[in-house]
Amino acid sequence: MSKYVNPYIPNSVPDEKEKMLQEIGITSVEDVFREIPEHLRFRGQMNIPPAFASEYEMRRHVEGLLAKNKSCKDYLNFLGAGTWQHYVPAVVDTIISRDEFLTAYVGDAYGDHGKFQALFETSSMIAELVGMEAVSTPTYDWANAIAISCRMAVRMSGRKQVLVAGTISPGRLAVVKNYCKPEIKVELLKYDTETGLIDLKDLESKISSETAAVYFENPSYLGFIETEGMKVSEIAHKSGAEVIVGVDPSSLGVLAPPSEYGADIVCGEYQPFGIHMQWGGGLSGFIATRDDKKYVAEYPSLLFGLTTTTEEGEYGFGEVYYERTSYASREKGKDFIGTTTALYGIAAGVYMALLGPQGMKDLGEGIMQRVQYTMGLLSEIKGLKVPVIKSPSFKEFLVNFDGTGKTVAQINKALLDKKIFGGKDLSKEFPEYGNSALYCITEIHTKADLKTLALALEEVTK
Amino acid sequence: MGKVKVRKGFQQARWNEPIIYEMSTPGQRAIYVPQPDEEIRVKAGDVLADLPVGMRRKELPNLPELSQKHVLMHYLHLSQETMGSNICHDISEGTCTMKYNPRINEELVSLPNFAELHPCQDEDTVQGIMEIYYKFEQIIKEISGMSRVTFQPGGGNAAVYTAASTVRAYWESKGELDKRNEIITTIFSHPCDAAAPHTAGFKVITLYPDKNGFPDIEALKAAVSEHTAAIFMTNPEDIGLFNPRVDEFVKIVHSVGGLCFYDQANANAFLGVARARDAGFDMCHFNVHKTFGTPHGGSGPANGAFCCSEELTKFLPVPTVEFDGAKYFLNYDRPESIGKVRDFMGTAGVIVRAYAWTMMMGPEGLRDCADASIINNNYMEKKMMEIPGLSSAFMGNGYRRQEQIRYSWEKLKRDTGIGTNEINNRVVDYGLPHYWTSHHPWEIPEPMTLEPCETYSKDDIDEYVETIKIIAKEAYEQPELVMAAPHKAASHKRNDEESLDDPEKWALTWKVYLRKHGKK
Repeated sequence: MSKYVNPYIPNSVPDEKEKMLQEIGITSVEDVFREIPEHLRFRGQMNIPPAFASEYEMRRHVEGLLAKNKSCKDYLNFLGAGTWQHYVPAVVDTIISRDEFLTAYVGDAYGDHGKFQALFETSSMIAELVGMEAVSTPTYDWANAIAISCRMAVRMSGRKQVLVAGTISPGRLAVVKNYCKPEIKVELLKYDTETGLIDLKDLESKISSETAAVYFENPSYLGFIETEGMKVSEIAHKSGAEVIVGVDPSSLGVLAPPSEYGADIVCGEYQPFGIHMQWGGGLSGFIATRDDKKYVAEYPSLLFGLTTTTEEGEYGFGEVYYERTSYASREKGKDFIGTTTALYGIAAGVYMALLGPQGMKDLGEGIMQRVQYTMGLLSEIKGLKVPVIKSPSFKEFLVNFDGTGKTVAQINKALLDKKIFGGKDLSKEFPEYGNSALYCITEIHTKADLKTLALALEEVTK
Repeated sequence: MGKVKVRKGFQQARWNEPIIYEMSTPGQRAIYVPQPDEEIRVKAGDVLADLPVGMRRKELPNLPELSQKHVLMHYLHLSQETMGSNICHDISEGTCTMKYNPRINEELVSLPNFAELHPCQDEDTVQGIMEIYYKFEQIIKEISGMSRVTFQPGGGNAAVYTAASTVRAYWESKGELDKRNEIITTIFSHPCDAAAPHTAGFKVITLYPDKNGFPDIEALKAAVSEHTAAIFMTNPEDIGLFNPRVDEFVKIVHSVGGLCFYDQANANAFLGVARARDAGFDMCHFNVHKTFGTPHGGSGPANGAFCCSEELTKFLPVPTVEFDGAKYFLNYDRPESIGKVRDFMGTAGVIVRAYAWTMMMGPEGLRDCADASIINNNYMEKKMMEIPGLSSAFMGNGYRRQEQIRYSWEKLKRDTGIGTNEINNRVVDYGLPHYWTSHHPWEIPEPMTLEPCETYSKDDIDEYVETIKIIAKEAYEQPELVMAAPHKAASHKRNDEESLDDPEKWALTWKVYLRKHGKK
């Protein structure tokens, strides 16, 4: 042990360390590692940077590194595609930066009663938005939630195929494929490029008694609304398959809950609800179903339930059906469970409670109005094609630049000079849409922002 | 300090906080969403009318309606009814390494230069965060001795699943996946070392301990075969014993062609002391949120660093963060990659915090963590062993425990009828968080797993031990007091445990509670 007294290590005070060594009857610090054979010992000093001598110096260093970034506060941002820029109310940040929540872990519901209640309430509120009754504790992200949902459906039916709308995000699809390997076959469904909607004929031709589930998103990765959700569900149900719908819940103040158009399992992403983007690190998923043992028994996640205590009238919380989990049953449990994104689940709960019913509607409607308005502005620019997909959009939409003679990459570079992050380049992910970008508009965008975008696009595509 | 204090007068906040729906008053508002300008509204027209009727929400969602102060107050109350590790001595969480989580790191991740970064931004605008990823990867490589690291997994279990995916890809690339269908693990490794490989499609073989508590090497010899895909093992295991023959395990598995994954959830015990690669492992992982001082958030956001040897780097998830000498960039061009285990680049906030923490520690500070953890634990063990009714796993086998110990209340239970669950409820009454018993199955009867990592002072440990001693005494002298605990926690003891396992009674949401149990 060095002589430096580390502010994070109280027993690095030499006298304290000495007292403790004496107490355990050893003289040398080396002796504490006597169980590790010499040939396995690492000798010498690791080649990693030396410690900063003060918090201030470390702060300057990290701030210096982060200063090399340009953020969506510096630039006007129109990127979405799986992480979205929404306003984060101050109350949300206040709550999730409380040390009690921030630094909690796996305590039972007596000492951690508040954490259980907060997550139970998050489940209760998202259940209302999606029209379901049972909700998991948060998953790693939406992609993870889809993958888990697919595996739940496969276990319920013993069937081994999952059909997925072809417009799913490539990032989410990559996670799902890896998580479903090796026994589950993930097949993409064709879609109509004009409308973006699932090709129902293709669905009918691919679905069979081997199909465990049909998965689609609303709104889809390409921003449009899968308006024929009910028809998709009918076809799936006729074959005995489960319908899994993925949602961006910021749409659910205006869009119907997926349960109303046939969803059996709903999954989605909490990030739009009060979680900063953090370079994509703000993701947190959820899964919801009916309160039916058939479904509940298949969740791998911890499930928090409301119950009673020995004190009349007092609420208590506890873990529901714990035996399902890999914590309880190792490889005999459902998939695996570990530390995921609980704190973000609490953030999402605070957000939903802040917005309330009217706020949730205002959010969705206001976004759709801005999108409509922006599409109008952009459609007037020579060489731009908007809309590309004819179905109604929620907060994202494609803009096609084929008529400008420029690539999306060129246009986005030019926009960067105007301090604008243009929409995500989809020319490689979805080449059938040519030189198109996925633009995202949310409640953070003012009329001036949208006009700035239109003006800039007009200039850079000239 | 010096004088041992026990918090006999402790009382956790107990607000009897209603469920938020019970606090709702129709019409109240907590915040307004910025509404579009008049011109936008007029030009956009009735956007909802464009939606088919079946796709339109018919009624406003049933969310609570409160003023802003009441939302804030509600969640402040709930936070006060939660025991974060920064507010108490969380020696309780054996296997979890509950360290101090420095406040400075919370400030750093709140900076807009990090918090407001979009993952699809042009690479020129995210050089800073990529530099942090790259630099932290070099640090993790040095600590583990491995060749490459990915920070994409969202937690330790996700990193273990990444390892299982890598094993699958490795055997697939050799055309032997059908044959190589078994993964071996040990019973005192974390359950994910069994569950994640099983999820990835492997048959799991579990090794049990020998008489000294080490995974039985003879059982391993009998288990390996041409079907062995890999071994997934923890060391020190969750009972705190470092397996001194770990490299022999690796050699045995390698001798049949299998890969070796080192679950380093317990890495605090050997930072700067021993390295996974030096023992021959092909892969390992770190729970970044444990070992590198970042907050657990009540169970995440977490991050699992998955590390591998040169031979396996081609299977890493995409993208990797690269540096060409002038610029950092994301590399998606990895044709043999397993794909992705999480969308985008992982929980970047954990990496920023962990990097900041590591830069406050340096190589010496990391080594100090290992030293202090083991000294603390051995000190604590000596004191704990004076407590009547308490023993520990494989007590008296002559091997020093590393950074944690699995204790057992078996004797106390026999003597008094009070077991670990009751003791665990009682510790909260003294201002200590619930402790970690053990994953299941309980190989060690009535388990209690404690880990006094480097964060805790001698006084903290003395207080903890003294508190446990008092509770043990209570168990012998006033068993009914312990049986009925907790008394001073945010809530009292559940009176109907069965209801949590009964589909007729369980309630995962408020609406189901109302339906099944009626409004109180």
